[in-house]
Amino acid sequence: MKTLLLTTVLTFAAGAALAGGHACYEGKTLTEGKLTVATGNPAYYPWVMDDNPASGMGFEAAVAYAVAEEMGIAADDVTWVRTSFDEAIQPGAKNFDVNMQQYSITAEREEMVDFSSPYYSAAMAVLAVGDATSTPAELSALKELKWGAVGSTTAVPKLIETIAPTSQPLLYGDNADVTAAMQAGQIDAALFDLPTALFLSAVMIEGSKIIGQFPAASSETPDQFGMLMEEGSALKECVDAALASLTESGKLAEIEAQWLQDTTGVPLIAE
Amino acid sequence: MKLSLRGVVKEFGSNRVCDGISLDVAEGQMVCLIGASGGGKSTLLRCINLLEPIEDGEIFLDGEDISVPGLDPAPVRRRIGMVFQSYNLFPHMTAEENAMLAPRRVRGMSSEALRPEITALFERFGLADRMGHYPDQLSGGQQQRVAIVRALAMRPEVMLFDEITSALDPQLVGEVLDVLRLLKDDGMTMVLATHEMNFAREAADKVCFLANGKIIEEGSPSQIFGAPEQPETKAFLARALK
Amino acid sequence: MSRTRRQIYEDKLRRRSLLIAGASSLAVFAAVIILVPLAPGWEKVAKSFFNWSVFQRTFPGLIEAFLQNIMIFAWSAPMIAILGLIIALMRDVRSPVLFPLRIFGAAYTDIFRGLPVILTVYLIGFGIPGLGLPRPWNSPYIWGTVALVLTYSAYVAEIFRGGIDSVHTSQRAAAQSLGLSERDTMRYVILPQAIRRVIPAQMNMLIALQKDVALLSFIGPVEIFRQAGVFKSLMANFTPYVGAAMIFLAVTIPATRYADYLMSRQAKERS
Ligand SMILES: Nc1ncnc2c1ncn2[C@@H]1O[C@H](COP(=O)(O)OP(=O)(O)O)[C@@H](O)[C@H]1O
Ligand SMILES: [Mg+2]
Repeated sequence: MKTLLLTTVLTFAAGAALAGGHACYEGKTLTEGKLTVATGNPAYYPWVMDDNPASGMGFEAAVAYAVAEEMGIAADDVTWVRTSFDEAIQPGAKNFDVNMQQYSITAEREEMVDFSSPYYSAAMAVLAVGDATSTPAELSALKELKWGAVGSTTAVPKLIETIAPTSQPLLYGDNADVTAAMQAGQIDAALFDLPTALFLSAVMIEGSKIIGQFPAASSETPDQFGMLMEEGSALKECVDAALASLTESGKLAEIEAQWLQDTTGVPLIAE
Repeated sequence: MKLSLRGVVKEFGSNRVCDGISLDVAEGQMVCLIGASGGGKSTLLRCINLLEPIEDGEIFLDGEDISVPGLDPAPVRRRIGMVFQSYNLFPHMTAEENAMLAPRRVRGMSSEALRPEITALFERFGLADRMGHYPDQLSGGQQQRVAIVRALAMRPEVMLFDEITSALDPQLVGEVLDVLRLLKDDGMTMVLATHEMNFAREAADKVCFLANGKIIEEGSPSQIFGAPEQPETKAFLARALK
Repeated sequence: MSRTRRQIYEDKLRRRSLLIAGASSLAVFAAVIILVPLAPGWEKVAKSFFNWSVFQRTFPGLIEAFLQNIMIFAWSAPMIAILGLIIALMRDVRSPVLFPLRIFGAAYTDIFRGLPVILTVYLIGFGIPGLGLPRPWNSPYIWGTVALVLTYSAYVAEIFRGGIDSVHTSQRAAAQSLGLSERDTMRYVILPQAIRRVIPAQMNMLIALQKDVALLSFIGPVEIFRQAGVFKSLMANFTPYVGAAMIFLAVTIPATRYADYLMSRQAKERS
């Protein structure tokens, strides 16, 4: 009888401890006890390796599992779905708790959806091809190039406001189309976040080169990636808390070092 | 002979529509083709105008073989005018434009140079005040007369008429037949397919009775209408003149 | 002048049908206005699709981008008409010597009518410049236009051919009996009638083309659809699409009405 009582008390205490420390997410996720994370279709290197987020390989996949763990959700309870950007922002019920696709946090987007605190500060980088690879990393020289970018990214305002090219930029639906246009010689250069640019340069576009970067830290409105959530999401505070403790513990920096290449070798673009 | 046919054969698939037709038309003659529908009258006229290539036989115009395979038909057609049962005016052109198109394109003359000649033709056939009208603004009889003017504007040597009164209301038939009489007086060489037996009897120099792609009987109007020899001819005329 | 009994009767009928039509439209309209906002998701939908401040900020940019659509349309349409006519004439040649032309015309129309326009735009827009053409000959404007012209002239050719076939053979016979050449017969007798008959159908092709110009956005040009997409992404809001739809309708509805008017006038003429 005594043992039974003791066991009960201990069990209860353990449960209470768990509830007190980690149960922030309870009742706030799509499926009770599970975290549903959305990624792109397909998801790209180095954000997700081999288009297989459940492996936990790749920067965003790894961050997702770290955040889940920090919130007290086991890796087995993380499920993945795929969405486009439009599905991510459409009104109505979402099919994910958080959506990670290198979404930059902007004030305008914040009006329509919620973002977690940033999990990565991205530098914008200039990827050039052909003769343009010898362009000096100066704004005055960059202006004269024929530019391209993915139309749905914050590279567009950056391009138009900071570089202000002399001829109208061409805009595309995704990275693959920008790549095609570069290979077809239709554009000289394109603006991407640095990790994507590094990947494209190394693997996708022969004869291309990153000629410079706009460091995230230096600009007035740094390009920062956040997890996208439904407007007014109750889960936001839990995710933010998890990200804060991951930052504090240095775990986030560790993941970054593991999956994202060292970018110190890329020259800064001069005004 | 102005126009001679020798053993003309025309087939549509296995249907032999002209079955060895020979016919002579002298300068200034009017020859009428009569016979029941489907006998091959229209087809024969179309063959003469090279609108249908023939399988066998020859057609001579002024002694020249115009049925040689591969011959450019356009220059021959310019010498042979044709008028159709359904007028076939060009609906997007005025009467005058209908008449001027071919001379302008073929003879290379300007509208101004052609106008006196064309106007004279319209006047002659009582159409002076209709030159600026579109076909759908004209009566059937007027349309058919415009079609005749259009053919005459090319100054043809021979005219072919394919049942040109069959689509007309009875009271309009006369004005068109009058035109044919005028042309005969001018000495035009003409071949007509017609159902107007009275006209054929009165105006033709020669009448041919066609049935099943053959000329069954030919002769002067008085011969054919007065004393037909072949039983088919008799039977046809008995029905047609009833 | 006093009205006849019949006119008075018909006026009465007309008034009554106008009243019924007006009242029923009003009822449907009112139902939409009143009932749709009662739907639970309405507020979110309104914020995301009918956002006045987003509309105001983006509409001028959309109008400006629409000028690109107009430009591309304006230079494509005449080329389509000419090429379409040439292909139609090819398919109509009678001389056995020119039989290969007929085959070519038939293959051409089969291929380009058989492909989705977007596929042709991609393949030609990226593919041909990829062969190594120098600038400006690799411009997506040029090759995108080529793709539109190839596709639409196939449809336009078929409509022309239908028009040519609809001119009764007796017209051809009449022209030829006058000694007109094949060429003159086509040019002065057949085509004027054929073209007049197909104008309403070709108007509908123009309307379709006007909309399909937007497909060039996939290979770079920033026309209205891409511009709306850029705004949508930056603001995470679909209102720019609604703005673009309004601009399209402002052009296509009058054009459609006009085509219908031509069509009904022609039907009346022929009866
Ligand atoms: N283009 C054609 N194709 C096939 N058969 C035809 C064609 N034109 C006429 N025919 C046939 O040829 C025969 C003779 O027709 P047609 O010359 O019009 O006779 P008619 O003018 O004496 O009434 C008919 O059996 C008709 O069906
Ligand atoms: Mg006949």
